[in-house]
Amino acid sequence: MFTIIQIVLFIVLCSVAGYFAFKGYYFVYKNIMHGKSEDLSGNSSERLKNLLLIAFGQKKMFKNITPAVLHFFIYAGFVITQIELLEIFIDGLTGSHRIIFHAVENISALRSIYVFTISFIEVASVFVFIATVAFLSRRWILRVPRLNKPELKGFPVIDATLILLSEIYLLACIFSMNTADMALHNGEYGFLVSGFFMPLFAGCGETCLHIVERSGWWGHMLGVLALLVYLPYSKHLHILLAFPNTYFGRLQPKGYINNMPEITKEIKLMMDPSAVPPPVDANAAPVKFGAKDVFDLTWKNLLDAYTCTECGRCTAACPANQTGKLLSPRKIMMNTRDRLEEVGRNRDANDGVWKDDAKSLIENNYISVEELRACTTCNACVEECPIMISPLEIIVQLRRNLVMEESNAPAEWNGMFTAMENNGAPWQFSQQDRLNWKNG
Amino acid sequence: MQVKTYAEYASSGETPEVLFWVGCAGSFDQRAQKVTRSFVKILNHLNIKFAVLGTEESCTGDPAKRAGNEFVFQMLALQNIEVMNTYGVKRIVTTCPHCFNILKNEYPSLGGNYEVIHHSTFLQKLIDEGRIKITDTATFKGKKITYHDSCYLGRANEIYEAPRKVLEELDAELVEMKSCRTKGLCCGAGGAQMFKEDEKGTKRINIARTEEALESNAQIVAAACPFCNTMLTDGVKSKDKQQDVKVFDIAELLAAGQGLETINL
Repeated sequence: MFTIIQIVLFIVLCSVAGYFAFKGYYFVYKNIMHGKSEDLSGNSSERLKNLLLIAFGQKKMFKNITPAVLHFFIYAGFVITQIELLEIFIDGLTGSHRIIFHAVENISALRSIYVFTISFIEVASVFVFIATVAFLSRRWILRVPRLNKPELKGFPVIDATLILLSEIYLLACIFSMNTADMALHNGEYGFLVSGFFMPLFAGCGETCLHIVERSGWWGHMLGVLALLVYLPYSKHLHILLAFPNTYFGRLQPKGYINNMPEITKEIKLMMDPSAVPPPVDANAAPVKFGAKDVFDLTWKNLLDAYTCTECGRCTAACPANQTGKLLSPRKIMMNTRDRLEEVGRNRDANDGVWKDDAKSLIENNYISVEELRACTTCNACVEECPIMISPLEIIVQLRRNLVMEESNAPAEWNGMFTAMENNGAPWQFSQQDRLNWKNG
Repeated sequence: MQVKTYAEYASSGETPEVLFWVGCAGSFDQRAQKVTRSFVKILNHLNIKFAVLGTEESCTGDPAKRAGNEFVFQMLALQNIEVMNTYGVKRIVTTCPHCFNILKNEYPSLGGNYEVIHHSTFLQKLIDEGRIKITDTATFKGKKITYHDSCYLGRANEIYEAPRKVLEELDAELVEMKSCRTKGLCCGAGGAQMFKEDEKGTKRINIARTEEALESNAQIVAAACPFCNTMLTDGVKSKDKQQDVKVFDIAELLAAGQGLETINL
């Protein structure tokens, strides 16, 4: 009877969590689909290579060795723990206890593999614990500059801390579960780390051990479900999106900025005196140059925003940020995501159709003109990002809107544009003097 | 100084080996003009048949594009492409990383397909072929050179080694700044910042970079970009170190090494 109640409770909890998780991920998906289409198919072998090296292999993380090693502990621990999670899940569904162990306990080779695997997970978990404590102290005690910038105030820093604390919570659950289980069976499983912890429960009776074991089991399960539901609202979403984001990452040299085909068409008409302009389609949407809001960015830019885990390597490397300017590439990504979520909530509150809220990604407490102006397009942010996010692509598209739609440029730039148009140089020199250098 | 234009080549029925794209800085900026002349001295010394577009060259459009003005960029780009395609240009060498980047990466989809080479790579190839002979070793003896990575050469196009190989030819010690190669700090000029005042902050970017250059204790700061050159020269001046530290382009240094140029250290 008790087992049946547990199975039912387990299924109900999983279903509820599954429902809310689906809602969360579907919200993210619908939001990303607000972006303009861009064909990023093709070159699949090169893309797969990036996915394997940069996402799975964390190649770009290792440019900065201390956080790379710590991050690798957590990443590896997370991946390997999924094996034990699988057993927990089957146990929950069937009401069994360590179903895999009991299936193999009389086959000595398989039994050793099971014990080795769980022991390995336990050792990995110890490393996860060390890394998590190190990360918490980097953020709160050592106060690593990039983890303490103004754009992290409020929810972002709570989010980051919550994720780290939940790691410790999950570890506490799994170790109390394993240790109590070991104690109940006089250590017959032979798990490495929990065997070491067993003396801690020496004074515990059987009931107490059962309670600890069940609490650990349920606590772990609930923690995992809670994280699954929370993930789409957190910066931690990178654990999933890093994979598609590196797969769809830019393959061109970093210096490349796309040419706008709609402008090529107009210039060609302008340059060809015999050209007949195409008939104007009165129903066509007016052409808008550059990006003013999230709808004008591509879906890849929006995926970038959701993939960003706010580590701030980009901002730490940004020459404008280093010299005290307002620009922070990380903030560009965070603002894009925040605006996109605002758009998503607006859409969902209005039966799936976004209602104009007279706001945009530029200004409105999102990205200021001053920030956009300060970028030197040096690509330091793009180079630094461990998962191939490009803040620069968003900056350039927003700049295009400022300059070409709003005629919003500093006076010096307007002078430069005029000189380029009239003299073919950013300064007011006569084109006829272009060869004068040879007389120097 | 012997310089022929593409038009002159075309009228004599000859074809040059390579088009030297001078760029706006190289054409008009007094400091960058010197770099242009040094590079031409090397080309002439090696009897390389090169042509310039002269008055037919226009700005590539880079600062407009990076500032967000795609109209001005494409207008200039399409004009330049028309000129170059009419002459049948195949290979381009340029002393400006911004021209290099945009000609190489952004002109192709507008119909301009050329083999584009930055002068650092061009000079490195000449060195590899054994065509450059260093005759002046006295100038650089006991001196330290530090190379400043241009963003548009380095991160943008992953050219880190060619300029360093050029400098290694000289009889000087090559030292690195605190941030170099992929982590190289920008000089502050890119993205059309060269043409406007900085946003407010605690420091100018070129000062931050100059401080790194001075920390390296090099007497020579080598640049491979006319804008980096200006920014660092200004930085050195504002630190009042222009007597001890000089900023040169790699072409000027290599020309000096060949005895084609005298530089004052």
